[in-house]
Amino acid sequence: MDLTRRQMTGALAALPLLPALGACGARGQDGMTIWAMGNEAASLPALLGSVGRPADAPRVTVQPLPWTAAHEKLLTGFAGGSLPTIGQVGNSWIAEMAAIGAIAPVPASAQGLLEDQFAAVVETNRIAGRVWAVPWYVDTRLQFYRKDLFARAGYAAPPRDWTEWKRALHKVKAGAGEGNYAVLLPLNEYEQLSTIALSAGARLLRDNGARGAFSDPEFKAALGFYKSLFDEGLAPRIASTQISNVWNEFARGFFSVFLSGPWTIGDMKSRLAPDMQGNWGTAPNPGPSGTGSAAPGGSSLVVFAGTPHTDAAWDLIARLMTPAAQQEFHTLTGDLPARRSVWNEAGLAADPVIAPFATQLDHATALPKVPEWERIVTEMQIVAERMVRGQYSIDDAAKEIDKRADRLLEKRRWMLERGRAL
Amino acid sequence: MSADRRSGEARAGWVMSAPALAAIAIFFVVPAVASLFLSFTDFDIYALADIANLRFVGFQNYERLLGNPLFWKAMTNTLLFVVIGTPFVVALSLFAAMLVNSRWLQWRPLWRVALFAPYVTTLVATAVVWRYLLHTRYGLVNYLLSLFGIGPIDWLGSPTASLPAILLFVGWKTFGYNMIIFLAALQTVPRELDEAARIDGAGWWTRLRHVTLPAIAPTVLLVSVLTVAAMFQLFAEPYVMTQGGPAQSTVTILYFMYEEGFKWWNLGSGAAVAFLLFLCILAVTLIQLRLAKRGGAI
Repeated sequence: MDLTRRQMTGALAALPLLPALGACGARGQDGMTIWAMGNEAASLPALLGSVGRPADAPRVTVQPLPWTAAHEKLLTGFAGGSLPTIGQVGNSWIAEMAAIGAIAPVPASAQGLLEDQFAAVVETNRIAGRVWAVPWYVDTRLQFYRKDLFARAGYAAPPRDWTEWKRALHKVKAGAGEGNYAVLLPLNEYEQLSTIALSAGARLLRDNGARGAFSDPEFKAALGFYKSLFDEGLAPRIASTQISNVWNEFARGFFSVFLSGPWTIGDMKSRLAPDMQGNWGTAPNPGPSGTGSAAPGGSSLVVFAGTPHTDAAWDLIARLMTPAAQQEFHTLTGDLPARRSVWNEAGLAADPVIAPFATQLDHATALPKVPEWERIVTEMQIVAERMVRGQYSIDDAAKEIDKRADRLLEKRRWMLERGRAL
Repeated sequence: MSADRRSGEARAGWVMSAPALAAIAIFFVVPAVASLFLSFTDFDIYALADIANLRFVGFQNYERLLGNPLFWKAMTNTLLFVVIGTPFVVALSLFAAMLVNSRWLQWRPLWRVALFAPYVTTLVATAVVWRYLLHTRYGLVNYLLSLFGIGPIDWLGSPTASLPAILLFVGWKTFGYNMIIFLAALQTVPRELDEAARIDGAGWWTRLRHVTLPAIAPTVLLVSVLTVAAMFQLFAEPYVMTQGGPAQSTVTILYFMYEEGFKWWNLGSGAAVAFLLFLCILAVTLIQLRLAKRGGAI
């Protein structure tokens, strides 16, 4: 008796909380919501207005997310069961979203959207034999270089092969003057080393992504090449935080080559002085013998699992992927379109600064598609930085990265043994 | 009759306190026990997808944390915040309280409101303003320093200046609350004692040291315990100002927990960090209480 009364009081006290519980069901039944990030979210409403949807299609709302919080938001949205219908997802997150069952694979009716695309980008979205997301816009990282300093050293453009490229860098450094270097490889960023590793043909993980393959001869060759750039004085041993203004230092000649993506083109045009504008260019990455590789990037469109609007969602994505919509999207955002035919129509293939990105995307290689990948490369870079600073030999560094990767992949191996991982 | 009445009173007491107890149980006891339980599991995104993928791992989360250099970096940063921040905030708020308590000050209520205002304004909004104040090229702080011939400091971009910059912001944001507590204590100090000491020829510092401080010692203890706990739990300030950077110089233990838990979704490991943090705060508070007892403050 005593107990029930107390329970009743507790229940009464909790009554005011009931409306809050009702608010948990955030997924609206009457319309579709799209989660998009940054620049893309800002221009999506205008784009949606011009794709010509049928009159009876569900109403669409765009919810912008900041890039810095997007990844957390997607996972908490999944945990809380409040994911929208359609989402913009960074290509490197798709493995994770597929592994937890948050997204639905591209249905047979929408396979046509994967044609007229860059093969390496589509490959990035293919997990366990199925494609999970439609690439929306693409990017990748390649060299931005000082044309004038390379010309003074006797080169029209950076050579494509490692030996020649390094020889060119030595000449560029000699011409750049005392205290300057040739290439910027920030020690706190993993993109540079992973690009070199992909160029060397390293597979990075083995056994269906269950163990590290960092002791492979290809990866060791990449580590050796990376280390030699520092040892021969071509790259300064610094982190990106020690460069307060990349464009100033680039214009000053502190370094003549750095690795970045298409988002840097706008910065170069607005931040470099007018008399520097003719002095920079882009070029595909070098490899051990000929053009190197890079990781394909960009964002894709996904339909989240369990949405009631599957057909309407794929219809909308198909409309966003038409060449006309892709061209308008490029005009609104400056993003590089995923569809190859649009590159010619929009004049991108003829733009000397942008055309190398197409070449690079044709030479791109998908990174390992496991949810643990970002943690693994973060550890890889920590070890690589210590190797550059002399704490590890190349062999020891490779062994240490393998050890750390295997520890991070322990859960995945356990899942694979039980047939629970993709 | 009296026994009956007493049990009736006890029952009434339970009924009256039941809502509060229920709230404490639901929002504090249950989550605390659950997170302790979580810290012995490997809850990650796989377990998020299917709870069957959850495994008990014993003390493995704790072992790995102790071997993780970033955990120790976060621990060192947090201890720096505690060791430098606590005296700074306590001194600042005591100074402010004495200022608004002094008899020669005009418009006292106005000053109290003005000094209390930072505490009740939104943190994110003030962080935006402070990012302008601390701006390297056109920030007010660097302008004031330049009047003394000090060159511009990259407050939020240099690993050595970022911690003092965050401390400045935290101090400004929180001193108002402590000031109110100090003000209440200062008003209980008998004016006669102060006047007697003055007539005996004691200066400002001597009166503060031997009259005011002993009278408000329990309050100083309370405020320092609260400030130590707040400094250990610093999160929002580095999150909105620096995102833990530059070079991880402002990663606090709570920020580290947030990244473990919600960036990498290792909730098991995140829960282990939370439990270690709880032990740290408990230990420091016990030491403070012991010291205060020995000093006769309580």
